[in-house]
Amino acid sequence: MNWRSVFKHPGLTIGLAATALFAMLALLSLVWTPYPIADISIARRFATPGAEHWLGTDQLGRDMLSLIMSGTLTSFTVGAIAVLIGAGIGVPLGLAAAIYGGPVEWVVLRFSDLAFAFPAVVIAILIATLMGPGASNAVIAIGIFNVPVFAQVARGGALAISTLDFVAAARLAGLRKPMIALLHLLPNIASLIIVQGTIQLSLGILAEAGLSYIGLGTQPPATSLGLMLRDAQSLFLIHPWLSLAPGLAIVVIVIALNIAGDGLRDALDPRLRNRGLANVAG
Amino acid sequence: MRVTKSFALASAGLLLATGLAFAQSTEIRVGAPLEPPALDPTAGAAEAIDVVVYQNVFEALTRIDQNGAVQPGLASAWTISEDGLTYRFTLNDGVTFHDGTAFDAEDVKFTFERILADDGVNAQKALYEAISAVTVVDPLTVDITLSRPDGLFLFNIGRGDAVIVAPESAANNATDPIGTGPFAFVQWDRGSRVILEQYGPYWGEKPALTKATYVFIGDTATMTNALLAGDVDGTYNFAAEALPVFDGNPQFKVLVGSTEGETILSTNNAKSPFDKLEVRQAMAHAINRQEIIDGATYGYGVPIGSHFAPHHPYYIDLTNTYPYDLDKARELLAEAGYPDGFSATLKLPPVNYARVSGQIIASEFAKVGIKLELINMEWAQWLEDVFANKDFDLTIISHVEPFDIGIYANPDYYFGYNNPEVQALNETLNATTDEAKRKELAQEMQTIIAKDAVNGFLFELAQTGVWNAKLEGMWQNAPVEGVVLRDVHWVE
Repeated sequence: MNWRSVFKHPGLTIGLAATALFAMLALLSLVWTPYPIADISIARRFATPGAEHWLGTDQLGRDMLSLIMSGTLTSFTVGAIAVLIGAGIGVPLGLAAAIYGGPVEWVVLRFSDLAFAFPAVVIAILIATLMGPGASNAVIAIGIFNVPVFAQVARGGALAISTLDFVAAARLAGLRKPMIALLHLLPNIASLIIVQGTIQLSLGILAEAGLSYIGLGTQPPATSLGLMLRDAQSLFLIHPWLSLAPGLAIVVIVIALNIAGDGLRDALDPRLRNRGLANVAG
Repeated sequence: MRVTKSFALASAGLLLATGLAFAQSTEIRVGAPLEPPALDPTAGAAEAIDVVVYQNVFEALTRIDQNGAVQPGLASAWTISEDGLTYRFTLNDGVTFHDGTAFDAEDVKFTFERILADDGVNAQKALYEAISAVTVVDPLTVDITLSRPDGLFLFNIGRGDAVIVAPESAANNATDPIGTGPFAFVQWDRGSRVILEQYGPYWGEKPALTKATYVFIGDTATMTNALLAGDVDGTYNFAAEALPVFDGNPQFKVLVGSTEGETILSTNNAKSPFDKLEVRQAMAHAINRQEIIDGATYGYGVPIGSHFAPHHPYYIDLTNTYPYDLDKARELLAEAGYPDGFSATLKLPPVNYARVSGQIIASEFAKVGIKLELINMEWAQWLEDVFANKDFDLTIISHVEPFDIGIYANPDYYFGYNNPEVQALNETLNATTDEAKRKELAQEMQTIIAKDAVNGFLFELAQTGVWNAKLEGMWQNAPVEGVVLRDVHWVE
């Protein structure tokens, strides 16, 4: 893959650009927001979008743009750490299942079946009951939800590659199984993992919003897009903008990540790309 | 011919509509935000229990009216002995429980002995501990003797905690409540609703309603939709932030009334730095009360300057004891040895007024250098950490008991305020039955507590009911916990 191929996929360009824009806004909130998000001023609440507050103010008079920037950061952070947890545990599990087979594979597959059977929300409720609600527990819950996804993707990809000749050659050269997995399987499934990571990041952001919305995720005074939705919910009929702004932000981020993920898959998988091009040519 | 036919159809439709309207006119569906854990008000503290059963299913010897005054209930009259220790109650004749058994003095004796039993589970047992004996004089006369005079006795026996239950049915009241009230319990669909129906042989004046259904809807947005769609006919306390939806809508009326909920920034007086008067005074000066009221209650809360309900006749306005003054606050902090402020935690229970007030106070305190870390807690955890173990710096909570200034005389209470002067005053107050004297004592207590800035006194919670405009007779105020349906009726 090279940069030219990136720009051959307009979806990828748009998706990456939109994701990068939100990620930059989020990172910017670390050092600067138009107003401090803890700055409450009841006197200026429910301001409509205007020159002073580009996206208006919320029910506590906080600047909506600042909140969305900071909330996006929370969403990205939670989603990204959850992806790292999921990939960090899931990929080794999947590789182990692929190269060892037998009982190891059985255990990994049954474990991922079990984890799949519990939706993230149920895991989150369990964790919140045990450890109390909070962003860090939301990260763990979503991370656990990610583990079997990565395990299955890694196993599937690794199984397909492990029958290829260069793996057999490595085995004949006397390389041990973990080294084969590390040196030959992992680099070849990296693109799959990256694509899956993008998709899981968007799902993670959605899950964080969902958990915060039901009160199990981020807690005030910290903010996240889901928490903003929750706070605005009872005001929807009176001040719909307070729900629409964070809601639209979530929608745009998730769509951007999904388009980027789709584009990445096309760009990274030569077979798919060739097929795509053939179709265009035909 | 065609005209006649459509006319006939129209009149049939009209008849049907009238029939429906008529059927609706004696039934009500009340939206309630919380489902009760059980239905026995003498065995649980949850307000949600009283909301459903108080004065509807169960009645007490006295009856609290919507202004908080004591009226005759199951007792038609009473006399008080010279020393203020013995109350003789004359009971109403012909009263039956919903299972058909008769009500008499033995039931009164049973009720109070059950409350006071060593293994009794009454949530307000302390209110009745002055009772030393309950004596049955004859089936319709009962004497209650106290060990010390109690100025609030007649009020306290009118609360949901002291409703009269029968020995035959008391054990099952949690799931199948049997009382003497105008409404009998019919069914409880867990997670959804409780249905009450008018009790035919009711001894007193029959209510206008024949059926009442309490529908449990926890979420404000869902409640809003249920009200707008007509799935419920009203709710007794609706989230203030969404009230503008119903303001000015002719199909609804908004009833704004008072409650007994003093909302305070509870301060751990036993812990440094809050044991210093200057620190507490500084915090009082740093609180912008109006901003909190506007932010957390949308202006419906009533400012308080001490721990006392503004609508009570003994109330004095102390809201200006420590007015909002940031410079004064900084000065006092410096005097106390904290010129740059300090850090503290603010533990918040899961109620909206606390969570929002907490954020606003944290923002206000930051201006004088007091950095608050907000810790959100669930009820069980809050009750254990803050209320039982006193492991907290600051918290925000509404004290909803009527006339509860006595908590400041208990040095073991969770906020750890120990002032012998207040303790002595409270003792005198409890033993005094003369109104003028009681008022004087209560006002003196309020003043000392305000000057000591024991807690941050924020506001009295308001009750904001939303009802169908054609409903009348709902309680506007909430002097006790409960949603009394006795006088509720439809008007056309």
